[in-house]
Amino acid sequence: MEIVFAIAVGVTFGSGIWLILRPRTFQLITGLLLMSYGVNLFIFGMGRLWVDRPPITPHTTVDPAQFADPLPQGLVLTAIVIGFATTALYLVMMIGARGLTGSDHVDGEEPRE
Amino acid sequence: MSTLPWWEHLIVLPVLLPLIAGALLIPVNQKHHRLKFGCAAVVSVLLWVMAAALLVLVDGEHWPKGIGVYLAANWAAPFGIALMVDRLAALMLLLTATVALAVLVFSAQRWGRVGVHFHSLFLLLLMGLNGAFLTNDLFNLFVFFEVMLAASYGLVLHGYNLNRIRAGMQYIAVNLVASFMFLIGVALIYAATGTLNIPDLAARVPALRPEDSYLLGVGASVLALAFLTKGAMWPLGFWLPGTYASACPPVAAILVVMTKVGVYAVLRVWLAVFGDSAGALAGFGLQALTVGGMATLVFGTIGMLASQDGARMAGYGAIVSSGTLLAVIGQSGGAVLAAGLYYLVGATLATSAFMLLLELTERIRPPGASLLAVTMEAFAIDDKPVDPVGVVIPGTLAFLGLSFVACALVIAGMPPLSGFVAKFSLFHALLAASPPEQGGVTPATWLLIALVVLAGLAAIIALMRLGVRTFWASGAVTPPTLLASEAAPVTALVLLCVLLTTHAGTAFDYLNRTVDGLKRVGDYHERVLGQPPVLRTPAGEGTR
Repeated sequence: MEIVFAIAVGVTFGSGIWLILRPRTFQLITGLLLMSYGVNLFIFGMGRLWVDRPPITPHTTVDPAQFADPLPQGLVLTAIVIGFATTALYLVMMIGARGLTGSDHVDGEEPRE
Repeated sequence: MSTLPWWEHLIVLPVLLPLIAGALLIPVNQKHHRLKFGCAAVVSVLLWVMAAALLVLVDGEHWPKGIGVYLAANWAAPFGIALMVDRLAALMLLLTATVALAVLVFSAQRWGRVGVHFHSLFLLLLMGLNGAFLTNDLFNLFVFFEVMLAASYGLVLHGYNLNRIRAGMQYIAVNLVASFMFLIGVALIYAATGTLNIPDLAARVPALRPEDSYLLGVGASVLALAFLTKGAMWPLGFWLPGTYASACPPVAAILVVMTKVGVYAVLRVWLAVFGDSAGALAGFGLQALTVGGMATLVFGTIGMLASQDGARMAGYGAIVSSGTLLAVIGQSGGAVLAAGLYYLVGATLATSAFMLLLELTERIRPPGASLLAVTMEAFAIDDKPVDPVGVVIPGTLAFLGLSFVACALVIAGMPPLSGFVAKFSLFHALLAASPPEQGGVTPATWLLIALVVLAGLAAIIALMRLGVRTFWASGAVTPPTLLASEAAPVTALVLLCVLLTTHAGTAFDYLNRTVDGLKRVGDYHERVLGQPPVLRTPAGEGTR
């Protein structure tokens, strides 16, 4: 499972890096989204990967080894919300830039030949 | 019923007050811009008063060891988030509040009116800044960084034009990627140590297994990338000059404080986690900071000499001051910190004042003159300016000129203002930090001193050229119209720089106490993790 997980994070993040280096705003925002997915999965993985272990503990005294670490899940939730908000903000700004410059190039103008 | 005395709540109020006020101002229509300005002004004054009160309380040892702790939602650290104020945090809060007040008054007549939601965004930016200074938890720091950045994205675009959109695109993209770096760094640190509370982290570092401390090192480096992007270290700071030059002047002035947050975060985390008690990891990455800081210095110096317009020059000035600070921190750990902090305060005040001043001096030139100036440089056109002999310098021009000179002196570090005192004490501390019995002054230290001196020389050349072109060679003798609400903030900031020079002794006493406190890492652990939650009184016997 670790291998599959690591490859998934790597491929997502790598594609994101390639896309944010592209000149069009749509590619840029797709790249940022992919990178944010990669980062979220990464945070999740940093709490160690658990199978069949709930992250919440019942009231009775229990062995903590039987439960997953709940903190990274909380962190991921916060990171997802913040990532969503900032991406939405960027999207609005891109639409504005497209309207104002008439070009979807990241520099706001088509490259000169 | 809370049993905390009211002054304990002072620690959380600098975050809560701008948040609530900023949110309440959003539905208010822009037609009532006077009301909006009034609310924002009241909040900024209150923030300043609170920051001053916190500084007095902290410095008066009101809290044990000069560290005040506030447990958010009454959860004990490290499970909950602890806000913490010490002398450094209080100083940064006061600096932010001072610049914010000046910026707000400056924007009352023009920039607060040209678009919607300026005041809300401004207050939310202040909330993010204050939170970043007060928080004691890495993930919480991320949240406050994001609040600050989201507000700054809006502010950079304030007064929407093509230049701002172009600069904003790059600014936002770079900072979004930096935020991902922040998250990766935080996740790695959590994986290595199992905690994100800074004092708790510091206590766990010496006992880490080798493979975990390797992971911590990687995490801290990635985290530093995020901080240093904000702090504009070379090669992470290319976004800065363009953004500063295209943002409207009041926003550029508050952005100057924002770059200092990056340096502050580096200081906070490195001194706590990689201090002398960190065992094998003590002093981790300091060399990279030195090299990066020096490269930043060189980059900023060249940029300053090359830039044509004032705002871009001031942006490079901010890069130079970041570079100086980072290199100095890296070169000597914490030994010259007091002088570095003094430099930081003076440079921030002067650069902010300079940003505001630039808008006023722009009015001296007739429209289109800036375009002409560039062409003049490029094609070396010998333009004969109007002979100014015999023209009495009007009051406004004298004011602008004097303020310009004062800002330039501080930024370049020439006597007699605070920039000189700062650089002199930096050199003194750098040389004193390497006594002869430890092998004397290293070539790296000499190189750093030479670079700082060169940067000062370059700054004076660049600023003088700008000043000559603005005040003498502009050809315009009609003095620009200045409003009292625009002249007053600039005057206040410049006077503060003068005050910082005349009261340098008091300032250094305070900063020395700050640095002494920062070095006692154990105190933070004891105070933050030892802070007991407030016990609720049992139901029925409430405290009335």
